[in-house]
Amino acid sequence: MDLRFSAEELAFRDELRAFIRDNLPADIRDKLRLGYAAEKEDTVRWQRILNKRNWAAYLWPQEWGGPGWTPIQRMIFLEENQLANAPDMQVFNITMIGPVLIQFGTDEQKQRFLPRAANVDDWWCQGFSEPGAGSDLAALKTAARRVGDEYVVNGQKIWTSTAHMADWCFCLVRTDPNAPKRQMGISFLLIDMKTPGITVRPIISIDGTHHLNEVFFDDVRVPVSMRVGEENKGWDVAKYLLGNERTGIARIGRSKERLQSAKDKAREVMQNGRPLIDDPIFRQRLAQFEVDIKALDITNLRVISAHDKNKGSGRPDPLTSVLKIKGTELLQSTTEMVMDVGGPLSMPDWAAELQALSNEPELGPAWPAETTRSYLMLRAASIYGGTNEIMKNIVSKAVLGL
Amino acid sequence: MDFEFTEEQRLLRESLDRLLGDSYAFAKRKTYLAEPGGFSRAMWAQYAEMGLLGLPFAEADGGFGGGGIETMVVMEALGRVIALEPYLATVVLAGTALKLAGSAAQKAALIPQIVDGSLRLAVAHGERQARYDLNDVITTATRSGSGWRLDGSKSVVTHGDSADRLIVSARVSGERHDADGIGLFLVDPQASGVARRAYPMRDGTHAADIALSGVDAEALGEPGAGLPVIERVVEAGIAATSAEAVGAMETMLNMTVEYMKTRVQFGKPIGENQALQHRATEMMIAMEQGRSLAMLAAVMVEDENAAQRRHDLSTTKVGVGQAARFVSQNAVQLHGGIGMTDEYAVGHYFRRCMVIEHSFGDTAYHLAKLAAQIA
Repeated sequence: MDLRFSAEELAFRDELRAFIRDNLPADIRDKLRLGYAAEKEDTVRWQRILNKRNWAAYLWPQEWGGPGWTPIQRMIFLEENQLANAPDMQVFNITMIGPVLIQFGTDEQKQRFLPRAANVDDWWCQGFSEPGAGSDLAALKTAARRVGDEYVVNGQKIWTSTAHMADWCFCLVRTDPNAPKRQMGISFLLIDMKTPGITVRPIISIDGTHHLNEVFFDDVRVPVSMRVGEENKGWDVAKYLLGNERTGIARIGRSKERLQSAKDKAREVMQNGRPLIDDPIFRQRLAQFEVDIKALDITNLRVISAHDKNKGSGRPDPLTSVLKIKGTELLQSTTEMVMDVGGPLSMPDWAAELQALSNEPELGPAWPAETTRSYLMLRAASIYGGTNEIMKNIVSKAVLGL
Repeated sequence: MDFEFTEEQRLLRESLDRLLGDSYAFAKRKTYLAEPGGFSRAMWAQYAEMGLLGLPFAEADGGFGGGGIETMVVMEALGRVIALEPYLATVVLAGTALKLAGSAAQKAALIPQIVDGSLRLAVAHGERQARYDLNDVITTATRSGSGWRLDGSKSVVTHGDSADRLIVSARVSGERHDADGIGLFLVDPQASGVARRAYPMRDGTHAADIALSGVDAEALGEPGAGLPVIERVVEAGIAATSAEAVGAMETMLNMTVEYMKTRVQFGKPIGENQALQHRATEMMIAMEQGRSLAMLAAVMVEDENAAQRRHDLSTTKVGVGQAARFVSQNAVQLHGGIGMTDEYAVGHYFRRCMVIEHSFGDTAYHLAKLAAQIA
């Protein structure tokens, strides 16, 4: 047992670190450091830079335009990317539809979609949740009726992140309403968002941004060739996808960056005539995060190492759920701490005011308001990809046998 | 990066689990508790036979050249059954002091006796006024002929009641809190001037307060330069008891889950209640996070980078302490009334974890250390 990186792993990390330092556009880096979210244009610009090296599709095999990295190399890549304040990869493209097509897609689907997904020539979104199917995903009702070599889709999806900017949507639809089990009547379809009959309506979230949407399908015609996997076997595809979604979900690099950010800002912020970082209670809060992050760091490495060993066994590691639950808790609470460092300046919602050109004296720094925005947005981290409560249900059943 | 055990480590774990599984059923453990010193001499002899007692010593000194990982494997196994024998006191704590400070002659005289099971030791460092501060030593050592003479008293010495030899810290120079001027000394507890008052700890293991008045002693290492050795002894104790706590957490979680499957209330097993399922899951998460840190400690405990080693050991102490407190409190809670009884095992694990948390600096002590180190 040796928890240190090998010389090769360190060299790999240094190579990535240097590349990111030299190639991440400064405007994007500065924007994310202030707490702003990456916009579509930022994600596309950065991902295309990485894709020139075949790094963007970081968990795909070389055959399909990925780097063919080992899990430990992927982890190092994610962490370096997050620590450098670089945008995350387009998650629907890279960790969801890409691996699904590689596993279940036809050759034609792979050739048509994979290169474009890696380069974000297509922007994908995920049509899973419905008003009546949240945690209970198998309750979904959106219907796809087979007519000749097309499906006719009717129904509604909700919480569809970035649907308003998406070119394609991968959807779970019900193809057999009479299946003996709900999970057995579902299929997985790729739907062109320009198809007639699709309406996207914005949902403004508590952070004040338009990220989420409702998507309505009204007699939307989808070629049968756009089905992934067999008809009525879409649940298997979805389970595979969710398994991937939950790996890398710990985002420990981002929590580390938030912790560092809290320290940096706390040196500037004064309280009782002294820098906040000198406050012993604040320091203990920092120290507690260091302990929790260190533990999660090693848990993450244990998962990766076990994954390396059990490759192909297909059994999900019970620790993956630990990563999701603890990872999201820490990302939320480290972000919360940066917000608290902002003090009263975390209250104003003055982004528009700050960005407007004006001769008025400066109102204040942007980072507290933007941190509050990300604090608000990150409340979703313990909800998406399976709520943390659902994760606990899974652990108690699958791991503890309760 | 590598999380695999070697073949030898796997075998060590398996053979130890087999031995303990056979001989440490909870009913048997109660009989060991009733023996003199509160542990089983027969088990101690078995450990010697298995080679456990020589594990961390260099092969040149008569040991088997094991490191932090091997100690982790052993302590985790001992924690699973909350074994009572003074492995921590003799092999880990006193063994570390001997390895780091002992002369060639002292090692040659003592280590073979430890390895064959005929010599048990205890480290007597803590003093009543010191709380967890390792540099707070009042007991004095003064020169006496070719040796030393000790005066003072030592508090809560784990297994100090039954140890055949004591390793005692004492001040040869300087003031109460000075880092310099502390020495380590070998003391025969039968020597004149030694008075031991024995008592059980909350977990049933034995300890003693030891009064020393004009006791003849032999220096272990350079008198006056003992604090760095004591720090390493404490770090070894943190790494070892963290692994032990992980073993204890494993058993508590298993017992709790088993109980949740069989205990029926309102016509169904209580494990069907989601509130309880989630609590059990949170126990599992805490245990695994604790295990990750126990691994960190096992790897770091012999690292030459002192600042990083200290930091990581404090990190482990905090994280494992919090995890063990959470797991043990909820193990009792989910068991309900039966968890409160002395007759049932879970309360014994609970108490062992409580004692571990308050050894070598508690959670708040190490958290404050970490907070002070933030740059």
